[in-house]
Amino acid sequence: MRNDPAMPTGQGASPSGGTPSPARAAEAPDAGGSAPVVAARGITKRFPGVVANSRVEFEVLPGEIHALLGENGAGKTTLCNVLTGLYRPEEGHVELGGEPCRFRSPRDAHEAGIFMVYQHFRLVRPLTVAENMILGWTRGARGSRGMWFSPRRVEREVARVAEQFGMPIDPRAKIWQLSVGEQQRVEILKALYRRARILILDEPTTVLTPQEVTQLFTTLRGLAAAGTSVVFISHKLPEALAVSDRVTVLRAGQAVATLRTADTDARSLAHLMVGRDIVLTRREEAAKNRLGEAVLALEDVSASGDLGTPAVTGVSLGVRAGEILGVAGVAGNGQRELAEVVAGERPATSGTVTIAGQRQSGTPWEAIKAGLGYVPEERMGVGIAPGMTIADNLILKSYREDGHGPILRANQAFQNAAESIERFDIVARGPKTLARELSGGNIQRLLLARELSGHPKVLVAASPTRGLDVAATDSVRRLLAQTAERGVGVLLISEDLDEILDLSDRIAVMYRGRVVGLVDRDDADKDRIGLLMAGVES
Amino acid sequence: MIRFAARDNVPRWLTFVVPLASVVVAAIVAGVVLAATGHNPLTTYQHIVQASITQPGAFSQTLVSMTPLLFTGLAAAVAFRMRLWNIGGEGQLYWGAIGASGAGLLFRSWPGPLLILVMMAAGLLAGMLWASIPGILRAYFNTNEILTTLMLNYVAANVMYYLIFDSTSYWRDLTSPSARVFPQGKYLPAAGNWPPLRVGSLTIPFGLIVGVGLAVLLWGMIRTTRYGYEMRVLADSPEVGKYAGIRTRRKILSLMALSGGIAGLAGASQVGDFSHVLDPRGLEQAGYGYAGIVVAALARYNPFAVVVTSFFIGMLVNAGFALQGPGFPIGLTGTMEGILLFCVLGAEIFTRYRVAIRVPHRGTKVAAPPVEVRPAVPHGGMS
Repeated sequence: MRNDPAMPTGQGASPSGGTPSPARAAEAPDAGGSAPVVAARGITKRFPGVVANSRVEFEVLPGEIHALLGENGAGKTTLCNVLTGLYRPEEGHVELGGEPCRFRSPRDAHEAGIFMVYQHFRLVRPLTVAENMILGWTRGARGSRGMWFSPRRVEREVARVAEQFGMPIDPRAKIWQLSVGEQQRVEILKALYRRARILILDEPTTVLTPQEVTQLFTTLRGLAAAGTSVVFISHKLPEALAVSDRVTVLRAGQAVATLRTADTDARSLAHLMVGRDIVLTRREEAAKNRLGEAVLALEDVSASGDLGTPAVTGVSLGVRAGEILGVAGVAGNGQRELAEVVAGERPATSGTVTIAGQRQSGTPWEAIKAGLGYVPEERMGVGIAPGMTIADNLILKSYREDGHGPILRANQAFQNAAESIERFDIVARGPKTLARELSGGNIQRLLLARELSGHPKVLVAASPTRGLDVAATDSVRRLLAQTAERGVGVLLISEDLDEILDLSDRIAVMYRGRVVGLVDRDDADKDRIGLLMAGVES
Repeated sequence: MIRFAARDNVPRWLTFVVPLASVVVAAIVAGVVLAATGHNPLTTYQHIVQASITQPGAFSQTLVSMTPLLFTGLAAAVAFRMRLWNIGGEGQLYWGAIGASGAGLLFRSWPGPLLILVMMAAGLLAGMLWASIPGILRAYFNTNEILTTLMLNYVAANVMYYLIFDSTSYWRDLTSPSARVFPQGKYLPAAGNWPPLRVGSLTIPFGLIVGVGLAVLLWGMIRTTRYGYEMRVLADSPEVGKYAGIRTRRKILSLMALSGGIAGLAGASQVGDFSHVLDPRGLEQAGYGYAGIVVAALARYNPFAVVVTSFFIGMLVNAGFALQGPGFPIGLTGTMEGILLFCVLGAEIFTRYRVAIRVPHRGTKVAAPPVEVRPAVPHGGMS
């Protein structure tokens, strides 16, 4: 186990094959041509039917922030799972400080100082911050001996580390009491507490508000300046450009380029990522002239959040056939709860919801029958059953109708699934592929395929492009635009203001559970909407 | 030092090889126990095969032992599959026996086929109703069904004893003087004895045929019906079920009832096929309801596999009767059963995890290449 924070590769500054040194390396203590702390050499990793990584070369230098950029399914996470010992490559190996090593489990990687912060946090919610810190790691922690540990000492130690890295946190707080941003901080602190030298962050910004993102970037820069190497997995170009020293672009499992961030720009990176230029779909003009009747009407709707506090207060909205009504707002201002009320999953404490003329009493089944398509914010585990096949997932809303008596029509479902895979560009081996094997973009395509093939009258889409790469985002946007074109009323909830502005006919802004503004697309002014989102009423 | 790391993909062959290998491991471990207690393992295994299969009449006897286990195994498998932990098969079986014997006595004048049908229906219904109590509690009050079903087992047992021992109920035989001193139930009319199927020297209990048919039916139900589809969705992720508008409460209620009904059939079959009387002591000692949980677990909640696993457990039960004697305590067969269960369920870990063994080296960066333990190799880590 290496507890020594000093660089292991400091002495023999070997010339490592003309690798460009990071932009900020000049300020780092051991400047000029320092050897990588960790490197992937010719990694190939296959999954049934897919080559996730194909002879990938990847180097992380000491004290750099290295962005790993690529679309969903490009193999970024797989590569990092190889680096952290979770997966074993079929070919190639991982080098640690210039020497080949074999990790048999993430624990080996942890002992070598490599830690990964996953998109879905690995925290135990009922335990405190300090308890999570030493979970599975009692041996190395100060204040613990054998199977015993002193909570006080661990708490003090955690507080000290938090102070040192400028990430204040209460070590005694329970995880469930913390916001998502704070939970991420705990994950990062956990790694630092365990003396991480290389920190890998998997899409760390997807769950954060803009302010939290800024804060995270400051933290990461501080860590890098102190000598920790950071690998920043992302599919978002602006973020990769903003935070990194170097960028490696992965495309379809191959590392297509490693560049100094200072030497490149968004356009060329986008081209490397996608392999072609992409302009996101936007609707050119409002559908004002061909609007139909109101298909979704909310009147004075209020609802409580998960903790029983008011989440939605007195919302009245109407969506007409053929229209996209965008709901803008910073995450956590009642948008998710609003969507759940419409879908019948969350009871309204007051007010009425009417879908296609049918007044709802508040059950999901009733909403589905009335003609509601719903893309929930959580796709896996709410909209899609991970352990079931594509074919099974596709009939989730329709299995009641197309069947004879109590028997399902398995053959027809299989054929329909094959068609949907084709039509919605779902990348999968076939209808019998399990949903959990799909990448994020394909899961969303699968979900939309099902919701749209049910010919809904109303479609509620909650953060439909969150976490998706450029290509998948565009295909989702196009589907939403086409859906409205076909006369469906679409309620689009998104934290991405550009997306709302590009697609919506009208825009409602939510703040603290209320609709604080409702503007037509033609009158929409980004600054004003931004102010409304921030709760500064004008 | 042994480490377990989750496999990122499970090869298909592993799911077949691991259970088979674990049975071999169990035989070896049990062999050690047998040898230590002064029995030759090989002759003992030979005895088991003889006593449960090859001896004249032994195979038929194994089928008898298997019949109740098949029902209770199916009852547990169906519920467990949807993460409803109905461990009240025991009590539901008692009620099935009470219901079936009551119906058999009440309609004693009816012709055979009709009477058998009524008995089955009564057993099914009694089990269903009994299981519906925890079902309702779970569906509407979110009560832990493990506790309620378990506690209701004791209630059911007491009810059954009350009917025969502590009251002058309809089930109790009060005609003969000896029956007044040694309480026993009324015997069913001959028409209520379920007719076994005879193929050559083989006797197949009527209940076994029903049970196998039921297994096929359940297997098909889960795979091809809407009800089964909803079951699979809820088993995979309850949130998705809610999202899709599946009525979760109804599913819980109906599935508990179904599970209880199948366990009730086990009781009906005990009365109709074998004892022809409500026999509280016999039923309680057998503990078929609890054994069904083992059968279902070994089958991984697959109704079709329950047929196979109930046969194996039936074999062991039957062999246990034959083996036990002055030199061979009944506890030893129980031990063997336990070892088998432990190995088969414990071996599950090898399908889901990769196991690496290494000698810890202090100070070396590159550890020795890992030794992969294949399932067939007996290992020190588990037992």
